[in-house]
Amino acid sequence: MAIAFDRDRGMAMLSLMVRSRLFEQKVEALFSSHEMHGTTHLAIGQEAVHAGVSPALDPDDWIVTTHRCHGHTLAKGSSVEAMLAEFFGLSNGLAKGLGGSMHLLDLEHHNAGSSAVVGSGVALATGMALQLKRMDSPNLVVAFFGDGASNRGIVHESMNMASIWGLPVLFLCEHNLYGMSSCADEMVSVDSIAKRGVAYGIESRSVDGNDVEVVYAAVQDAAAYIHKEGKPYLLETRTYRFSGHSKNDQRVYRTREEERVWGQKDPIKILRDRMVSRGHLTEDAYKRLETQEQAVLDEIAEQLIKQRHELTLDEAYSYMYADGGNR
Amino acid sequence: MRKLSYREAIREAMVEEMARDEQVVVIGEDVGCYGGCFKVTPGLIERFGTRQVIETPVSEEGLVGVAVGAAMMGMRPIVEIMYGDFSTLAADPIINHAAKMSFMTAGQVSVPMVYRTPMGSGTGAAAQHTQSLEVLFTNVPGLKVVYAATPADAKGLLKSAVRDPGPVIFLEHKLYGTEDIVPEGEYTIPIGQADIKRQGTDVTIVTYGKTVFTALEASQVLEDDEVSVELVDLRSLRPLDTATILASVRKTGRVVVVHEAPGFGGFAGEVISQIVEDPITFAALRAPVARVCGKELPTPFNKTLEMQLPPSSHAIVDAVLSLFPSAV
Ligand SMILES: Cc1ncc(C[n+]2csc(CCOP(=O)(O)OP(=O)(O)O)c2C)c(N)n1
Repeated sequence: MAIAFDRDRGMAMLSLMVRSRLFEQKVEALFSSHEMHGTTHLAIGQEAVHAGVSPALDPDDWIVTTHRCHGHTLAKGSSVEAMLAEFFGLSNGLAKGLGGSMHLLDLEHHNAGSSAVVGSGVALATGMALQLKRMDSPNLVVAFFGDGASNRGIVHESMNMASIWGLPVLFLCEHNLYGMSSCADEMVSVDSIAKRGVAYGIESRSVDGNDVEVVYAAVQDAAAYIHKEGKPYLLETRTYRFSGHSKNDQRVYRTREEERVWGQKDPIKILRDRMVSRGHLTEDAYKRLETQEQAVLDEIAEQLIKQRHELTLDEAYSYMYADGGNR
Repeated sequence: MRKLSYREAIREAMVEEMARDEQVVVIGEDVGCYGGCFKVTPGLIERFGTRQVIETPVSEEGLVGVAVGAAMMGMRPIVEIMYGDFSTLAADPIINHAAKMSFMTAGQVSVPMVYRTPMGSGTGAAAQHTQSLEVLFTNVPGLKVVYAATPADAKGLLKSAVRDPGPVIFLEHKLYGTEDIVPEGEYTIPIGQADIKRQGTDVTIVTYGKTVFTALEASQVLEDDEVSVELVDLRSLRPLDTATILASVRKTGRVVVVHEAPGFGGFAGEVISQIVEDPITFAALRAPVARVCGKELPTPFNKTLEMQLPPSSHAIVDAVLSLFPSAV
């Protein structure tokens, strides 16, 4: 049920996925060299889910992301510069340096941000959908969550409410097999989280999350269902995080062999090989793409490292209350 | 004398208690081979197996509720919650259930549970992973709340917490690598006893948790200014060792209360109320009482801003000196 991208769409998707991969690697390097502080959650290996969701939807549809939010944010159209600036804690970052890597948002691109309290964003997404429906909006909300988050009660409560009220929510489970060190095989009561839709009367499906053409098509089908039926939908995408959970993760909870096997299903390689075999891409063109994306990224990072415009404490205070006052 | 880090001391307390009593069970997310979010639990599952180390899904409300139920049946769970901030999720089983079980059943049912979780900023983890939420618990009758600063105190208090017949909230700071002397052999520290970390005569600083170290730093600076500081480390917030606080303030006549949580509605207000409500201590005051607390602001991700959030030793020194107008 996958669709075959034409050359232009294929190139757009491949560029996005490569940008996302290189972005994560850059962030990893900047953390290792202590250019950035705090912690970070990389989604290397999950690019097909990110590229396959927002680009398959109306640009005015909303997303609510997770602590692992860089790829989602890129795919929704945010600028690399504004994202990296946020990681550096700069005032030209997406949240002026107040949120950091776990809290990217970009309202202009209808990205409402993320909760770093795993699973809690799903309720916010459901509430956003409630208001969209109330205002007769034609748009939907994507609630991203992981296999780990699927065990939070609030996720289940949200699904129930979305179902009884017929809300336009696409519950998008990014099943990457692990929540930190915990394997879903031991932590999740069902072998597919899509099965949980049944309990809430929510239509659901599980797809290969490493094949962007599959994800893209499944998301379009899901959106069509949501609009036609006036009901939510649960889509599980099966993928794997190649990187550790967060910085300093030694990955003792899984084998190198398992990583090798999943490595063969690299989502970027899958799309690239397919495009080459369709005659849409040459190896040279791919190399050029990588080099270009890398150069842009390096240039932006280099500029930002020099800048260091930070908010003052007084400016930070001014955002604490919505009316801007009242310390 | 041997030294242990804060995390090693906590681990040693758990290991000793788990070895002593097989009803002592560690429950939490990623507490197995991963060793816990702050690496406090490495080695436990290898040594005690899955009967005494239970790894849970990401289900804070549920897992704490389950621990409460198991405790009602005789287990002595030590729950680990990755970040104190997620106490908001676990609040129902703790506040509505564990805290009230003994009372509501007229003493027929008890919940011998320890709830371990770290609080505080300084990690660059932004506003949802850095709060100091101790007052969530201190305003709830039925809960005991302890917050050790040093490795030795952490070990002794945790052992007492495990042996307590009711629920104990065991708060930790995130300076898990802090090393200090920890006595060899079996010992416990009773819940409800403050510790004078530094004897002095001119002013009392009352604090707990991470800011004990900030206050020690400030005390050193003040010594050079010839101000002698007595530092009271509360260790237990509830029950509160009011006697030790009052005795110290009666002696020095001046008091500064310090904590990382915001001052407004914070625990310092309780400490100060205890002081000024006691007629003898009130009469002994030679200066107004003072507080140095965290800024009234969610934690910014930006490092420069985050560093300005908790009380600095500089701010503590200033607050102390302000109590000696003639000296400035
Ligand atoms: C409520 C809550 N519990 C625990 C954590 C710590 N934590 C951060 S990420 C994570 C794993 C989440 O797994 P999953 O939802 O599968 O997302 P993934 O990390 O795989 O993207 C955990 C337990 C948290 N941030 N929030």
